Amino acid sequence: MIPAAFEYYRPKDMTGVLSLLGEHGDNARVIAGGHSLIPMMKLRMADVPHLIDLQGVGGLDDIELSANSIRIGAMVTQHDIIDHNGLASAAPILREAALQIADPQVRYMGTVGGNVANGDPGNDMPGLMQCLDATFTVVGLDGERDIPARQFYEAAYMTAREDEEVLTSITMPIPAGGYAYEKQKRKIGDYATAAAAVLLTKEGNTCKSASIAMTNLSDIPVYSEEAGAALVGSSLDDTAIKAAVTAVLGDIDPSEDNRGPVAFKKHLAGVILRRAIERAWSRA
Amino acid sequence: MSKKQHYKITVNGKEEEFLAEPRELLIHTLRERLKITGPHIGCETSHCGACTVTVNGKSVKSCTVFVAQADGTEITTIEGIGSPDALHPLQEAFKEHHGLQCGFCTPGMIIRASKLLEEIPNPSEEEIRFGMAGNICRCTGYQNIVKSIQAAAAEMNSAKEAAE
Amino acid sequence: MKDEVESREDRVAGLKGMGCSRKRVEDARFTQGKGNYVDDLKLDGMLFGDFVRSPYAHARIVNIDTEAALKVPGVLAVLTAKDLEPLGLHWMPTLAGDKQMVLADGKVLFQGQEVAYVVAQDRYAAADGIEAVEVDYEELPVLVNPFEALKSDVVLREDLLAEDGSIPDGAHGPRKHHNHIFTWEAGDKDPTLEVIDNADVVAEETMYYHRTHPCPLETCGCVASMDKVNGKLTLWGTFQAPHAIRTVVSLISGIEEHNIRVISPDIGGGFGNKVGAYPGYVCSVVASIVTGKPVKWIEDRMDNLMTTAFARDYHMTGRIAATKEGKITGVHCSVTADHGGFDACADPTKFPAGFMNICTGSYDIPTAYLEVDGVYTNKAPGGVSYRCSFRVTEAVYFIERMIEVLAIKLNMDAAELRRINFIKKEQFPYQAALGWEYDSGDYHTAWDKALKAVDYDGLRAEQAQRVEDFKAGKTRKLMGIGLTFFTEIVGAGPVKNCDILGLGMFDSCEIRIHPTGSAIARLGTISQGQGHATTFAQILASEIGLPADSITIEEGDTDTAPYGLGTYGSRSTPVAGAATAMAGRKIRAKAQMIAAYLLEVHDDDVEFDVDRFAVKGAPEKFKTMNEIAFAAYNQAIPGIEPGLEAVSYYDPPNMTYPFGAYVCVMDIDVDTGVPVIRRFYALDDCGTRINPMIIEGQVHGGLTEALAVALGQEIAYDDMGNVKTGTLMDFFLPTAWEVPNYETDHTVTPSPHHPIGAKGVGESPHVGGVPCFSNAVQDAFRPFGNTHTNMPHDHWRIWKTANELGLHG
Repeated sequence: MIPAAFEYYRPKDMTGVLSLLGEHGDNARVIAGGHSLIPMMKLRMADVPHLIDLQGVGGLDDIELSANSIRIGAMVTQHDIIDHNGLASAAPILREAALQIADPQVRYMGTVGGNVANGDPGNDMPGLMQCLDATFTVVGLDGERDIPARQFYEAAYMTAREDEEVLTSITMPIPAGGYAYEKQKRKIGDYATAAAAVLLTKEGNTCKSASIAMTNLSDIPVYSEEAGAALVGSSLDDTAIKAAVTAVLGDIDPSEDNRGPVAFKKHLAGVILRRAIERAWSRA
Repeated sequence: MSKKQHYKITVNGKEEEFLAEPRELLIHTLRERLKITGPHIGCETSHCGACTVTVNGKSVKSCTVFVAQADGTEITTIEGIGSPDALHPLQEAFKEHHGLQCGFCTPGMIIRASKLLEEIPNPSEEEIRFGMAGNICRCTGYQNIVKSIQAAAAEMNSAKEAAE
Repeated sequence: MKDEVESREDRVAGLKGMGCSRKRVEDARFTQGKGNYVDDLKLDGMLFGDFVRSPYAHARIVNIDTEAALKVPGVLAVLTAKDLEPLGLHWMPTLAGDKQMVLADGKVLFQGQEVAYVVAQDRYAAADGIEAVEVDYEELPVLVNPFEALKSDVVLREDLLAEDGSIPDGAHGPRKHHNHIFTWEAGDKDPTLEVIDNADVVAEETMYYHRTHPCPLETCGCVASMDKVNGKLTLWGTFQAPHAIRTVVSLISGIEEHNIRVISPDIGGGFGNKVGAYPGYVCSVVASIVTGKPVKWIEDRMDNLMTTAFARDYHMTGRIAATKEGKITGVHCSVTADHGGFDACADPTKFPAGFMNICTGSYDIPTAYLEVDGVYTNKAPGGVSYRCSFRVTEAVYFIERMIEVLAIKLNMDAAELRRINFIKKEQFPYQAALGWEYDSGDYHTAWDKALKAVDYDGLRAEQAQRVEDFKAGKTRKLMGIGLTFFTEIVGAGPVKNCDILGLGMFDSCEIRIHPTGSAIARLGTISQGQGHATTFAQILASEIGLPADSITIEEGDTDTAPYGLGTYGSRSTPVAGAATAMAGRKIRAKAQMIAAYLLEVHDDDVEFDVDRFAVKGAPEKFKTMNEIAFAAYNQAIPGIEPGLEAVSYYDPPNMTYPFGAYVCVMDIDVDTGVPVIRRFYALDDCGTRINPMIIEGQVHGGLTEALAVALGQEIAYDDMGNVKTGTLMDFFLPTAWEVPNYETDHTVTPSPHHPIGAKGVGESPHVGGVPCFSNAVQDAFRPFGNTHTNMPHDHWRIWKTANELGLHG
């Protein structure tokens, strides 16, 4: 219950953050909302001798909507996302997903940046961002660079972000068409047993574009190119949906845990995906 | 152990200054240092919500915040709402509708409910259950908690209307 | 005068006595954050103690190195078994006649077991100290399956072997194997087996009531403070039985009982988790004696889930015999009971399997036989807890599942099968085949009321249509109707057969009336949320005619409260409630004499009426209880002592037998395994109802804990004895979102032997709720071939059932 002792810093700007990260290397970590990191520190499963609080750094909690894109600062909380009316119109899938994350208190503190940067396979935002084809901006002593969400995740807790870099914002095109974030969990507050993020556009009765990503069914989020392709050009009949499910089953690699065995998760992945596709289609 | 730092927080309207290690959890600052024992500890994995307080207008699980992060904030605990002579409508309602049994979840429950009613002044039952899902109760089965919150909301809304 | 104008109805209402939904007096402090729980207590110079715990389920302790820990700033001492041994405290007796280690003595037997106790200035230093203690373990083979344990050469309890390696008798008789604890039997073996062998129809099933945990929101803890000047130990703690703790602490420490004061302050839920003694209590006492300072111990949630009193873990096989028409002729129940590393089961001494022998349930069964084998494994010690009335959860689950299995075998409706087998009203008091005498019941009335309230026939018709629709591919949701008719056995209990460590299970109430007409009553029980301060005042208000609002109820301080056995097993109302009524009647008897004296008539010429004694035939001549109270302190009455006090120690003549009829309607998505509770109807008969609001609250809470147990909550282990569900991430506690609204109803069948006819209700909803939720799941799959599926019915297991029945196409 009691974390080990650490030195705490609250720099006033990103330069301060980066210089501390440079100085202390992997003995230092940044903290955003803290609701992933602090529980780990309390169980003494994460050892952080130098803790750098990002709350003093300005400019990280804005939501900017332009004609074609959305930019969300890393320190924007799930609560901010849910409350933002502009975002609700521009990208309603964000609110739909955020409402299914954790509980009200955790949503007041949990940040989008923390949720995407952590690399925890249970987090919902990574798969969602891959579905939205978002780009993560990270900043280091060498400057800024952009990493597509679809290339960001390497393994559990391992991402393309270097230890001395900090994720500062997430940018995405404004999504069109129908959307759904479908998540089955054991109770409110749980990670997904299986979750699917789906974006679809329709032309007449045909699917024009499809983007599908799955959550907590591998050690990283799974963006399934093949599943999306299986829907494009179809009328989303049963054959097409079955093909998308088959594609996703080929892409995921779930592990057994208290939520259930592999066979269950695989079957559920297909069911959840189907329901997400059907719901997204009804909104397209 | 690390070197103690100087922190200042305002709790229930009163400014508190002290030296503490940065790793001190806010729940311990409140309970051990400031003797504010209304918020309780029910778990160490941020699930149960018994430690819920309001920090700068947000419902927060104080067991998942370091005092260092809370430096400079304004905090309200159960002790900061209502008074023995003028109870908060939630405190009245929880008694009227048997919204508590052992009382251990109650401070967190009421403080969270007070914030929920700011977010949604006239919540449906579904909104109440969803909005209170960060607070676990083992005794009541939640049914009377929902009733209590509905009653408090009705009371607060009619008082507001009367005032207008 | 106001009294003359006030109607009798108003006078009754003004008392807020029996039967009214009096609002709780406890709520004032709890809603204002002014509760007084153990961890709220802060004493000058208080230290904090916490444990180094074993990561292994079975291992030898090779070495414990405390040197680095003692150098951690703020750490004062590190205790190990070696330090406790000279005091004889490295082991302590359990409530089940076994002994358990306080600190690991040579080996550990379950993951999380206490190895060393670090005493420090505060909990932060203690945590740092714990990290610094170095323990060398030598892992040993792990046994987590009781059936394997009974065949294995691996010896778990070397301390229970004789020097020559033989196995002496245990506390409950001969032991068949070094990992065997006891065999307990009830009923008639040969006649029962014969009936079953010759029966028209026999249904057989094996079922597992999985291990789970009460998980009250407040974990266990204590503050021990040894006053060396006065030689007095004060121990505050989460104790559901403070007097028993005092006696046990005295016996094991050698400190005389009059020098020990045990205080249970406010307790944040007990549910049986806080009945027994834990190593944390003993180590805190020792640490306080050694340091001369108060020492606090408060466990973490993981400690609580992994090491304190678990519940259930009963492997049960049942055979139930019946005629072709469905009349049950016999039941055979055999149980393998997994008790973990030590048998720390909180049962009355003579009942190592609790009241499992209520497992003939609500049915008139002429012959039955029960056999229970207790087994040691590498899991946490215990067994009885969690709103179970001493294994009645297991017994009722058993019989309510067996009756469903029998209904399937007979191709009968399960509601009808129950009805034709119910004990009839005229048969009470009913002598059950396994030994208990049920006090009263009217099962048919309750059952009919319940089935009518839910439109049972309509539900079955709807279900039949749903099965057709499912088969036709029109829906993927099955509908289940869960039924349970349970008979509880609570109110332990008659001293002649119920004791805890030799302390008879009576209970007590001591009342003192003040001159100005208010009162204080102290009880041997202790509320953990049940509202005793509110309800026991109601009992008294009706008995003695003083308003409940003028009566303070106190519990939990052994220096002032009369001796009692505490609160668990729904015993407070049946036993202490009876003591309260009896003490109240003693008050009333003396008040009668005082009234007669004041009214200048003979004792027999006055009669009690609500709040006064009036002259028979001349009701305008009366004395109120207020006037009588003052007179007790003011008048010199020949032959009557001054003051107005009474005490009653009540030895109940029997247990009480609340009962209930529950119906659960569930819709199950076979593709996702998600069940949705559409409706839950609960009819409870707890005899005389003291406070309907509080009864309803108890039912809501017990049903919710039942929902959790039935639908996912478990303490699960892997093959290495690692706890898989040791935090609230995986240990299922439903939130407000997962829990439905419940409909509550009641009938009233008073207990004939209880002074106010009340039976107690706290555990009924849990006892009856679990099989009802489970039966709903089972019933949904019945049309497709399911007879029994083990709990918990979490999503993946429901999905698995559907999968195995071929419902996924």
